[in-house]
Amino acid sequence: MLRQMVEVNLWSGLKAYTGGTQKVEVEAKNVGELLRGLVQAYPDLEPTIEAGVSVAVDGRIIASSLTEPITPESEIYLIQRLKGG
Amino acid sequence: MAPDGNMTNGFKVVGTRPKRPDGIDKVTGRAKFGADATAPGMLHASIVRSPHAHAKILKIDTSKAEALKGVKAVVTRADFAEGLTGENWNILENVMASDTALYDGHAVAAVAATTALGARDAAKLIEVEYELLPHVTDVDKAMADDAPVIRAGAADKSVPEGLHPNVVRYHESGHGDVDKGFSEADLVVEDSFKTEATHQGYIEPHACLAQLGSDGKGEVWCCTQGHFNVQKVCAALVGTDSSQIRVTPSEIGGGFGGKTVVFIEPVALALSRKANRPVKLVMSRSEVFRATGPTASTSIDIKIGMTREGKITAAQGVFRLQGGAFPGAPMEFTAMCAFAPYSLENVHQVGYDVMSNRPKQAAYRAPGSPMAAFAVESVIDELCNKLDLDSIEVRLKNASKEGTKASYGPKFERIGLVETLEAAKAHPHLTSPLAEGQGRGVSCGFWFNHGGETAVSLALSEDGTVAISVGTPDIGGSRASMAQMAAEELGIPYESIRTTVADTATLGYNEISHGSRVTYASGLATIKAARDAVKKLCGRAAAKWGIDEDAVVWEDGCAKPSGPNAGDFEPLPLAKIARSMGRTGGPIVGHYEATPEGAGVSFATHIVDAEVDKETGQTKIVRYTVVQDAGKAIHPTYVEGQFQGGAAQGIGWALNEEYIYGEDGRLQNSGFLDYRIPVASDLPMIDTVIVEVPNPGHPYGVRGVGETSICPPLAAIANAVSNAAGVRLTELPMSPPRILAALDAQANG
Amino acid sequence: MSMIHVTTTVNGDEVEFLCDPRETLLDVLRDRLSLTGAKEGCGTGDCGACSVTVDDRLVCSCLMLGAEAEGKSIGTIEGMADGEALHPLQEKFIEYAALQCGVCTPGVLVATEALLKKNPDPTETEVRYWLAGNLCRCTGYDKIIRAVLDTAADLRKAS
Repeated sequence: MLRQMVEVNLWSGLKAYTGGTQKVEVEAKNVGELLRGLVQAYPDLEPTIEAGVSVAVDGRIIASSLTEPITPESEIYLIQRLKGG
Repeated sequence: MAPDGNMTNGFKVVGTRPKRPDGIDKVTGRAKFGADATAPGMLHASIVRSPHAHAKILKIDTSKAEALKGVKAVVTRADFAEGLTGENWNILENVMASDTALYDGHAVAAVAATTALGARDAAKLIEVEYELLPHVTDVDKAMADDAPVIRAGAADKSVPEGLHPNVVRYHESGHGDVDKGFSEADLVVEDSFKTEATHQGYIEPHACLAQLGSDGKGEVWCCTQGHFNVQKVCAALVGTDSSQIRVTPSEIGGGFGGKTVVFIEPVALALSRKANRPVKLVMSRSEVFRATGPTASTSIDIKIGMTREGKITAAQGVFRLQGGAFPGAPMEFTAMCAFAPYSLENVHQVGYDVMSNRPKQAAYRAPGSPMAAFAVESVIDELCNKLDLDSIEVRLKNASKEGTKASYGPKFERIGLVETLEAAKAHPHLTSPLAEGQGRGVSCGFWFNHGGETAVSLALSEDGTVAISVGTPDIGGSRASMAQMAAEELGIPYESIRTTVADTATLGYNEISHGSRVTYASGLATIKAARDAVKKLCGRAAAKWGIDEDAVVWEDGCAKPSGPNAGDFEPLPLAKIARSMGRTGGPIVGHYEATPEGAGVSFATHIVDAEVDKETGQTKIVRYTVVQDAGKAIHPTYVEGQFQGGAAQGIGWALNEEYIYGEDGRLQNSGFLDYRIPVASDLPMIDTVIVEVPNPGHPYGVRGVGETSICPPLAAIANAVSNAAGVRLTELPMSPPRILAALDAQANG
Repeated sequence: MSMIHVTTTVNGDEVEFLCDPRETLLDVLRDRLSLTGAKEGCGTGDCGACSVTVDDRLVCSCLMLGAEAEGKSIGTIEGMADGEALHPLQEKFIEYAALQCGVCTPGVLVATEALLKKNPDPTETEVRYWLAGNLCRCTGYDKIIRAVLDTAADLRKAS
């Protein structure tokens, strides 16, 4: 199986956990692998990710589906999980 | 089968306006709300609340209460689960204080007795000894160096060093170079804004009826936006398993976000366990105001640069949200929504979540977004005025569209902001003349919307009618819209379908009815469950005809043979297949269990005319128009209702509603007399325009509509009032004293 | 505290009950007579969700004591329909979707029926001021006002 690296944009408040970078690369083919990869590379992100984050994949906000596929071309943003009224 | 994806026509039932299935119950007084249930042997409960904003609880003496005739149980924190962590600990701490009362109204004990009056008498006999601590209720004061600390160590790692411990979370986002952008502007406007906390103001106070046995098995009946969440939280707080607690949702008398939170159900369960009898617990209005979620109050700084032609070159905002005595104020959504309507090369936003001695804030319709829009859209209006530009044209020039990089990062999919602006521009309201003393304001607003865990089951009866079970409490007519979508798919009449909001034992986990998710997510789940049932119906027809399943299609409520080799058979209607289903393979039930992820963001543009009496400072809303993208309106009347309701709540927030705390940290207006929500004579008719730009993530194109309608009003009204008064109003509510003060300051200054 | 014996008429039926002197009429209707159509939204007479008529006068039942019902004639939402035939206001409220959550609806309907008895041809402003004591948080009142005006017009035509 080919290794697939994807670029993840974090919100800048998370720079405190990634040694100052806001754009990180992890190996992942879906959202679940991406979140696991982030925690593996930056263990300090774990509480934030555990507390709940959403992943925007090409503009679509993925709140919970760990199986949502991603490709190296996907535009990926980590954003806080939504709570509505 | 119904047309799929991005269709705005071709529907038979979707887009029509059938009568609501709960209509007769609700006009005859039969509908059962939270406080309308009783049980044999039922006790009534009352909660003892702290009268202090911040105080150490030294001692709770319950002996006199327990000695009162008719009293069957008293609980304090010791009667709840121990060792909770994270959010469960926060919820329990809010439900029942441990060693410190953190706000006026914080629960410290509760009592159950044979009558409601007896419970109230007993509550008065519970003696609590407090040691007063210094308190703070204002957001800016809570961040100041000398502010008392609400809870040391509550801050997470996102908070930069050097900030007060009451700042518990920090957010920063944006892109480009704002300094460079500001240097390219012909005009830069910078201003600061404040908004007070408001309450969701649902007319039905929180109420529940609960029973819990010593075996850990329990039943809860309550008014809630999310009974599966009630089940989960109650199990944790009383120390039992989720599966042992069955929660049945009542009709819900308004929520607007405020009933996404658990307050009283664990208390009733704990009392019930002790008394071994069912316990009813109903909040008073004063308790609702003092102890349930208002919004965050805010302090906001906005700076926007614009060229002479109306192009925004840079925008930045600082958003400080006071969220009460617990972390969780939605400052990241305030920051993320603030500039979302605009395509910006340079944008930067910072958010602070600040604790204070107030009740824990709760979600209120698009939590965090209306305050952001108020500040941002006021500055845009100011820029338009100073540069003599048309406010709609400027918004159109800068509007986000498909492919725009959103201010919060990702690119937008198909969105309908431009369409709402064009519809507003074409609306006669915008060109109608204004009378003396009147001003006009416009504003855009944005909200994300949400999907979330959803499970729906759709069962056929032998007579060919259908029962749908959904797990999302009906807060806006969703039982009707679910039946419409199922009717569309199945090809049977709307009247042949009944939708029930099922209890927690009936379906898989359903996320709360929040985030404008119900018509989107439960709707999508209903469509998929109907398609699952259709597949089974086609299978039965294929078996009967002895042909391949793939050679059967579903059209107009019938299975029909299709394709060159299918053969020639009479179409089989749903009722006919249903009648024999017991003999052809058993009951037919369609299911859908998943977490739909295609919620489509939504935008609105509002136009409002306000008349300001400069003698008294009184404002009257004389005309109001809501234009919003609904994606696809399943039941247009209910969509209009959401638009109108959101606008009306926004009018209250803008002009009247506010939490008023005294020097002593006590809430001074905990009733509808002094906390004044709009009444019928305050409002004009509210005109609505439904724009339909389909959401690519829903089979029919549905976007959530419930929340976006409250995003633009604060700003639109502030712009109208400022234009009418001739002075910029930067604090909400724009009550008569504030307007007079602003006029005085201008005259003197 | 000793209980008070009260004889009264509710929706045309004679009823008797015992109540604590502190109990409101609303408490009695809901807890002793199982008429839960009237709701307690505030308990202070501000929201109108508990609206009933007492000898044809519109009152907030949370502001009146149960004991004061002695000898009076009480009308509640449960008495509005005539058997299975809904009152025209009830029909129109469903048709216009003049309700969302429905918790204020019983009070709004009772108040509106009282208005139309006094004034069969109210202006929009008169309806708005009459209903100013009935809070609705869902609808923004628009569809309620339209439903009331349209019912009034229908009733005038019919009479």
